[in-house]
Amino acid sequence: MQKMMSIQVKKSAVRSSPSFLGKIVTHLNYGDRVAVQNAKGSWYFIDGSKGKTEGWMHSSSLSLKKIVLNPGASDVKQAASSDEITLAGKGFNKQVENDFKSKNPQVDFMWINKMEKITISQNQIQSFIKEGQLSPTGGK
Amino acid sequence: MDRSSRRKFLSLACRWSILGLGAAPVLSSIFSGCKTLEMLAESGPSFQIGDMVVDTKAMAKETLVVTNSVEDFTPEQEYYIGRTVGAMILQKYKPYDNPKADRYINVMGQMLAQASDCPETYGGYHFLIQESDEINAFAAPGGFIFMTRGMLRCCPQEDAVAAVLAHEIGHVQYKHGLRAIKQSRVTSALTALAIKGAKNHGDEDLAELAKTFEGSISDITKTLIVNGYSRSFENQADLAAISILQRTGYNPNGLVTMLNQMKTRLKPGSQDFAATHPSPDSRLADIQQYIGKYSTVKSPQARQARFKASLGKI
Repeated sequence: MQKMMSIQVKKSAVRSSPSFLGKIVTHLNYGDRVAVQNAKGSWYFIDGSKGKTEGWMHSSSLSLKKIVLNPGASDVKQAASSDEITLAGKGFNKQVENDFKSKNPQVDFMWINKMEKITISQNQIQSFIKEGQLSPTGGK
Repeated sequence: MDRSSRRKFLSLACRWSILGLGAAPVLSSIFSGCKTLEMLAESGPSFQIGDMVVDTKAMAKETLVVTNSVEDFTPEQEYYIGRTVGAMILQKYKPYDNPKADRYINVMGQMLAQASDCPETYGGYHFLIQESDEINAFAAPGGFIFMTRGMLRCCPQEDAVAAVLAHEIGHVQYKHGLRAIKQSRVTSALTALAIKGAKNHGDEDLAELAKTFEGSISDITKTLIVNGYSRSFENQADLAAISILQRTGYNPNGLVTMLNQMKTRLKPGSQDFAATHPSPDSRLADIQQYIGKYSTVKSPQARQARFKASLGKI
């Protein structure tokens, strides 16, 4: 039976096979809903848009809860009485971080932002494996 | 297990948890890692502890109601905790600022993280080298990973660097950072959130959350920099590292090489790795139970050449 799940990370890879070595066919974003059709170890075969986005996603990127990206008052009310909904941006969020920064101006986030800007492509990883003569056996 | 025995089991588990005995550690070790309770409920209908059969689906649901654990933080919240913990670590250990060396460890780190049991975190994994000569490495929640030049000097080849990164990825995978937050703060954060889960908090909510946030950051930072994790957490991270190294094709003896180097470089009584980690010898004994007798790590020429080019002058 199909089960609906949500992407719980900013951006997540959909792969052609259930392994970190699988080719990335596309990415899905925070809050996107997918239908899980099959599972192999920690990998789920998902359908993201009625047959148009199919592939394998790692369970660490998925949640059974529905994620509401821009919650309004009625979502807040519903979330308070349900454990099936997560409100994006609730709790420890940008606002709480900003409050921390204003009270602790000596703590510099410049390098944290810089770290996040370093992006590594799948091609770079593939070249790194090849050049280093690594023979990966795949994940779980 | 019927409903009343399930409740009895959960109530006992909670009581044991307060006393620091029995069921809670057992449950937390079963539930640890990236796998959440809801995933566990998906994985199978039941398991057995002694002669007691536990209905995982019902228990996962009820445990979520009964207790607030770090598993209940969303990856997004974990990310915000990690950003601030990372900034605090960088207060004490400044960045080395060597783009070439940073790029090298980021490509390697991404590959290793993808092979872990937790390849996806909210904001992804990021790696940074720090200027310090002290031997140390840190993992902030959500995947912000740091290591000092002193630590990298314990690595004579790429397989050993990979072992350091994989060990830190292990700490992220098992949410060890979050587990350093005092339970009262976890409960306070998650209870307040469950009731008032608005995106933009009102003044009163924000003040309460901000206080809990600051306390949580302090709990984690103190554990990472001053107190260190328990030996069992370090052991878990070492085992995660071995598995990641094997999956990616590195020789897990890279970890042994690094620890042997560390032994010769650590200064007794210093404030670094020696103060916050179990001794290299005790870690070596644990590791060798899993990978057997040490065999010399032989890096192919091209792998050693790029290691030298990127970190040779570290």
